[in-house]
Amino acid sequence: MTLTMTSAAPAAPTALPQLVTVARRADGTSVEAVPSQQKMVVDCVTVHYGKFRALADVSLTVAPNRITALIGPSGCGKSTLLRSLNRMNDLTPNARVDGEIRLDGENIYGPSTDVVDVRRRVGMVFQRPNPFPKSIYDNVAYGPRLYGVTRKAELDEMVETSLRRSALWDEVKDKLAQSGLALSGGQQQRLCIARALAVEPEVILMDEPASALDPVATLKIEELMQELKAEYTIVIVTHNMQQAARVSDYTGMMMMRPDRSGEMVEFAATPVIFTRPKDRRTEDYVTGRFG
Amino acid sequence: MSNPIRPTFDHELHGLQDNLLRLGSMLEAALGRAIQSLTTRDVGLAQQVVADDDKINALRYEIEEECFLALATQQPTARDLRSVMAAFSMAADLERMADHAEGIATIVVRMGDEPLLKPLIDIPRMADTCRDMLRGALDAYVLRDEAKARAVARRDDVIDDLYQQVFRELLSFMLEDPHTITRALYLLFIAHNLERIGDRAVNLAERVIFITSGELKEFKGSV
Repeated sequence: MTLTMTSAAPAAPTALPQLVTVARRADGTSVEAVPSQQKMVVDCVTVHYGKFRALADVSLTVAPNRITALIGPSGCGKSTLLRSLNRMNDLTPNARVDGEIRLDGENIYGPSTDVVDVRRRVGMVFQRPNPFPKSIYDNVAYGPRLYGVTRKAELDEMVETSLRRSALWDEVKDKLAQSGLALSGGQQQRLCIARALAVEPEVILMDEPASALDPVATLKIEELMQELKAEYTIVIVTHNMQQAARVSDYTGMMMMRPDRSGEMVEFAATPVIFTRPKDRRTEDYVTGRFG
Repeated sequence: MSNPIRPTFDHELHGLQDNLLRLGSMLEAALGRAIQSLTTRDVGLAQQVVADDDKINALRYEIEEECFLALATQQPTARDLRSVMAAFSMAADLERMADHAEGIATIVVRMGDEPLLKPLIDIPRMADTCRDMLRGALDAYVLRDEAKARAVARRDDVIDDLYQQVFRELLSFMLEDPHTITRALYLLFIAHNLERIGDRAVNLAERVIFITSGELKEFKGSV
């Protein structure tokens, strides 16, 4: 990739920097330093769990069809932020979210929001693969069935499409009736991804998706993410900086303040974060001078 | 050797190689035109070589940036790491070789239509060897062929010997008649630029040997 200066600032939320540069890959594709298109926008969001402030005034833009990574030391609030993106933190007692999180321009914390629909459009994959104790087929068909799909031909197609999209089909097509739990760790994770894809999400959230996997399985998941971004928008939380560097287009570097609330220190195109970060704290973190 | 698990990174490495080869082509063209401008005394062509050098410089920095970002974001190791490091060095070598080609063209412009001090014999031979060495080094790079790279490096002796010959001959002109000094120096500097191009081609070969064998050292003589 090369970084070159281009012209003036796009219309971005006020919390984000106005400087525009363009990162161009050796294969000719390019990524703007500050996304001009917004699939989701986190706009000055503060999250409290009861009296405890977990996130303080965090802002960022999630660009469509890109991978956005959230990195930072333990306790910096990155998982809290991720869970806010599909209202998973509603399930935590006394959780309160101030500010707005917009999906295609609409606030998902608005009074008329259909939370179930938000969670369908913004799906989640967790750290430890958690396939249901059902067959591979039923794992993937679970979501569509819940949404009322009953015709076998339709379900068959949805299952196959999802398993193909998660690069698992070839390995399991002859054993769809087998338990999902009988698969290897990497395969289970891809099954969970297929399960998330089956309900046709627009955004996929991944919380440390490869931390429980071996190095080769990890690289396969990363390669899968690159394929998926053609059709989906991806946000991942990872404590593995090298993974964020390898796989993401944008990186948000977060840190815990003295009062233990999390803040966004720097948000930029990934090459910038790992070559010329603007904030000293970002540099200290990525160079390993801060734990 | 392609990487089935990391095809995206693999694609990036191929892009880097393609850009380096593009830089090599631009250099071959610049050198060819610089020599042609000398043998045909075409000042216009020489000026074109000088004007086009900026593009070569820009591509060198683009390649360096790509290497920089690949190192920062992809954590290449072993052969991949050596390839990226070699590309970084080779881009610089190619750009410096292009500067020498530009140097030759600048002299051609300066000479204008002043008659040459003597017919060109050794200088075109040096130029041909340089172009062979450059092509050989680029081929060795694409094929990752260590033996080819070593063969290129060995040919530098030919250029050095020819340069010594040119130097002695022009020196004797200058000693005999000071009025020939300007025209002798023009030819001497052209020969010097070619000699430096040959040295840089050895650097390219050394980088190829680094990629294939991991050896990071100066090529010496008949090793």
